[in-house]
Amino acid sequence: MTNPAGRFGIHGGQYIPETLMNAVNELEEAYNHYKNDPEFNRELTELFNEYANRPSLLYYAKKMTEDLGGAKIYLKREDLNHTGAHKVNNVLGQALLAKKMGKTRLIAETGAGQHGVATATAAALFGMECVVFMGEEDTIRQALNVYRMRLLGAEVIPVKTGTRTLKDAVSEAMREWTTRIDDTHYCLGSVMGPHPFPTIVRDFQAVISKEIKEQILEKEGRLPDAVLACVGGGSNAIGSFYHFIEDKDVKLIGCEAAGRGIDTFETAATVNTGKLGIFHGMKSYFCQDEDGQIAPVYSISAGLDYPGVGPEHANLHDIGRAQYVPVTDEEAVQAFEYLSKMEGIIPAIESAHAVAYARKLAPTMSRDQIIVITISGRGDKDCAAIARYRGEDIHE
Amino acid sequence: MSKIASAFAEGKAFIPFITCGDPDLATTAAAVREAVKNGADLIELGIPFSDPTAEGPVIQGANIRALSGGIKTKDVFDLVRELRKDVTIPLVFMTYANVVFSYGSEKFIKTCSEIGIDGLIIPDIPYEEKEEFQPFCDKYDVDLISMVAPTSEERVAMIAKEAKGFIYIVSSLGVTGMRSSFSSDLDAVVAKIREVTDVPCAIGFGISNPEQAKKMAAVADGVIVGSAVVKILEEKGVDAPSSVGAFIKEMKDACRG
Repeated sequence: MTNPAGRFGIHGGQYIPETLMNAVNELEEAYNHYKNDPEFNRELTELFNEYANRPSLLYYAKKMTEDLGGAKIYLKREDLNHTGAHKVNNVLGQALLAKKMGKTRLIAETGAGQHGVATATAAALFGMECVVFMGEEDTIRQALNVYRMRLLGAEVIPVKTGTRTLKDAVSEAMREWTTRIDDTHYCLGSVMGPHPFPTIVRDFQAVISKEIKEQILEKEGRLPDAVLACVGGGSNAIGSFYHFIEDKDVKLIGCEAAGRGIDTFETAATVNTGKLGIFHGMKSYFCQDEDGQIAPVYSISAGLDYPGVGPEHANLHDIGRAQYVPVTDEEAVQAFEYLSKMEGIIPAIESAHAVAYARKLAPTMSRDQIIVITISGRGDKDCAAIARYRGEDIHE
Repeated sequence: MSKIASAFAEGKAFIPFITCGDPDLATTAAAVREAVKNGADLIELGIPFSDPTAEGPVIQGANIRALSGGIKTKDVFDLVRELRKDVTIPLVFMTYANVVFSYGSEKFIKTCSEIGIDGLIIPDIPYEEKEEFQPFCDKYDVDLISMVAPTSEERVAMIAKEAKGFIYIVSSLGVTGMRSSFSSDLDAVVAKIREVTDVPCAIGFGISNPEQAKKMAAVADGVIVGSAVVKILEEKGVDAPSSVGAFIKEMKDACRG
């Protein structure tokens, strides 16, 4: 007899060591209880509104719309959240849940550092201990975020195994969790890993599409024609898509990091180049070789530099409900510069992948159509790296 | 009856783990033969995986060295074919779900059966996900080994009832690797297993010296040692096999009590 829990089509599941099974079962049980608990939801809404600056703006990008000469463009400003990215939505939810479960210590993985910063922030707010695992390569690319986490009281452990990036940070956080379960909650940062994480993270991020829907109906009196978001593991994308999944006329478009191109090995575009596999607790699509060895992926964006994709995205791809398009480093950097100059908004390099695709898509659409792009985070953290990409060496 | 049972037929079983291809396949073959000569009752052969999430630093290192040497899954199958010319004790593979899945689960397990692999240990396949491989294991008569952890508690009986070959008891929390203390409840775990099955139990994770082996052999039917064996291969490379043999003799003697 098997447990069909946590499946999205054929994807998902709980492919984890036996040592962790009771921990994820306990988490599922607690979540199923608290998600319908009015007091829990009241506290979470208060945190969202009073601490994290929700609801985030839905901003009409007038200049960009006029410049591209096609669909009307709205930006969902998750970059304006406290800590500067959508990550805080999930972290406040999980930290509150962990606290209710009696946990006193949060551990997390981080790529770009945004999830690590958000977790360190929540730990500081709730008075919890916090340890963040970050690939050594990423601690160099995102030194400022390492400092922010330490300032917030977290311990940052540089991970020196494998490719020293996000996937290795996830592996190391999972290893740490098997070592210390009783007082520790693993605050996973994306819609990935074993059930119930893809569902829990999705539910906490779904506030993004809930707000988009209310805001666009108020501003335009109708639903958008397309919603665009960048996809690494896929948490801001699933959050942006979720309340539109049943609205079949709304196109859902995930923008993957193609790195130097999907015809090269230096890519992180999982849906476009990966194949079905089992890793990090889930069945989904992964970049891997013919022997199932996980591929060393590449993207200029540390936050999208992951060889897998969340199981719900894998299923939305299978059933044709969402489309996943590759965006190269060069296109993303151009979009990073474009949005800065055009709207005075510096997006995270991750979010710039979605902006880049919108620049191609909008001109092909008519002026009475509407695109919403989720700006998942702010780009301050990326300025030094983008300057380097353009051949300018600046010191922070 | 499972061929694996023969490993437990004459007293406490000693089960070493070796990562295939670390530092090369010829050394793996020599180390396996030394292990057999010195009293190993069953051997776990690790097929390297790029991201072994249940392993500590020692076995992670072995995986990376083996993959850097260009080891492919089919090379490991060839190694087993070569070993089976003279090695008769039970052999099991230890690897991760994606290695099996990406090869084609049925094709992988059918090949195991053809080349003389008696069981599969896949640490990222818990009870809830075993249907991924169990039907093929049943079809080709390869035992899918069940693992029980100190955190399993009320899950022990459920897991043990359907266990085949042997039950792998994880000694303590955490990943593989040498350690100084073990879960204090191992007796109770074995007792819970005994209530529902006669399938033999072996304890692994962190056991690295004869004293620990003796203590664990007193609790269960067998003792599994991975990192301490792999450490010898890491330190001595192609010259490791005779040292591996000497270590296994010492550990097997300790298990005899």
